[in-house]
Amino acid sequence: MGFLRKVAAVAWKDLRAEWRTREVFSAMFVFALLIIIIFNFALELRAENARVLVPGILWVAFTFSGMLGLNRSFIQEKDRGSLEGLLLCPVDRSAIYLGKMLANSALMALVAVFILPVSFVLFNLSFGALPMIVVVTALGTVGFAGVGTLFSAMAVNTRAREVMLPLLLFPVAVPLIIAAVKLTAGIMDGVPGAELARWWQLLVGFDAIFFTLSFMTFDYVIEE
Amino acid sequence: MALRKDAWLWVLGILAFAGILVAGYLALIYAPPAEGFVGQAEPAQRIFYFHVPAAWTGFLAFSVTFVASIAYLWKGGRKWDILAACSAEIGLVFTTMVVVTGPIWAKPTWGVWWTWSDPKLVTAAILWLIYFGYIMLRRMVEDDARRARFSAVLGIIGFVDVPIVFGAARWWGQSVAHPIVVSGGGFDVAPKMLTALMFSLAVFTVMYVVILTLRVRTERLADEVDALKERE
Repeated sequence: MGFLRKVAAVAWKDLRAEWRTREVFSAMFVFALLIIIIFNFALELRAENARVLVPGILWVAFTFSGMLGLNRSFIQEKDRGSLEGLLLCPVDRSAIYLGKMLANSALMALVAVFILPVSFVLFNLSFGALPMIVVVTALGTVGFAGVGTLFSAMAVNTRAREVMLPLLLFPVAVPLIIAAVKLTAGIMDGVPGAELARWWQLLVGFDAIFFTLSFMTFDYVIEE
Repeated sequence: MALRKDAWLWVLGILAFAGILVAGYLALIYAPPAEGFVGQAEPAQRIFYFHVPAAWTGFLAFSVTFVASIAYLWKGGRKWDILAACSAEIGLVFTTMVVVTGPIWAKPTWGVWWTWSDPKLVTAAILWLIYFGYIMLRRMVEDDARRARFSAVLGIIGFVDVPIVFGAARWWGQSVAHPIVVSGGGFDVAPKMLTALMFSLAVFTVMYVVILTLRVRTERLADEVDALKERE
């Protein structure tokens, strides 16, 4: 079995387990929705100021709900004792990382697929900007889940478990969040592409650097 | 016996202690008032002689953590783990000094305690958070080997993140409010100010070495005590 098929098998296993209950997805989606609703009241969002505030709110919703999903990714395995089983599989640890990371990204992306149109409707934004924002969301999601999967595997083995993940992940993810919010806002405002180039570079660069680092160090985190 | 073996540490320790007093004199009395700073901003500017060395020492400490983390993952060995952890702790203390002295200087000079548009402020704050997480992570893992591996991974990822945070914050904030001391390969300050700064930098570095050595020893002694307890 080739490396990619092993990766796909791990990702597929996670997504299938999730499909049977849809517990994590439901929690993530409702949580993201709640964030938007709470912000709506906390910041008194109106159609006039929505364009200024919505990019930030969207990314708070994506990353905070993503945090829920990332935490469950290893906690479920640990609690069911299936992590040992996964580690005993005749696959490279890097295949486990990639599979998990893909499943986590997919889950976060799926939440975004539902949240984006809902928030565009709620805040009366023009749907013309949506395709490019989807691209930003995809790249942001992959970057966040990339280093998030690594930290999640660490957090599950600490005493504090899910408390640890946001403390580790958010400071490291600051550049990613800056780039993603800047791009989302720029696209909504119709800023010419050339002016956004550096933010694309930052987003893609973050993804590449931290994916590579996480891929290289995952072995040490999961080693028993 | 211990005294002779530790002679160099005693010398450095005394140097650091005396040096910090001299640095205080150089910073507060010897150095001339900085040009362009008026009113309260003039005396406040003298924080510079401690703020900059603290920032340098913090960064040096995290670099040591970074290198020791790589060494640990590469070669293993408890000494690398101890070095990385101790250096990170000291780095956090100095970074705390940086983020505390910064606003004290900024208020009379910029009129605000804090601004998000300056990349150095943002980076210092994020740096503090990353290494606070690092130390918390170490407290939260029971198993020694696992703690060492986890913190080594974070010691690497966190350090690589720092220049990226700085770059992102610079693009994000646009305006750079920090005074530029070094430009075009030269220092833009009076010679006496430079002397005071350089002296303070040297003293802080020596202080770091002394604290690190003592801290690493404490950790080794703790290991010895654990080993003795096991034997009983």
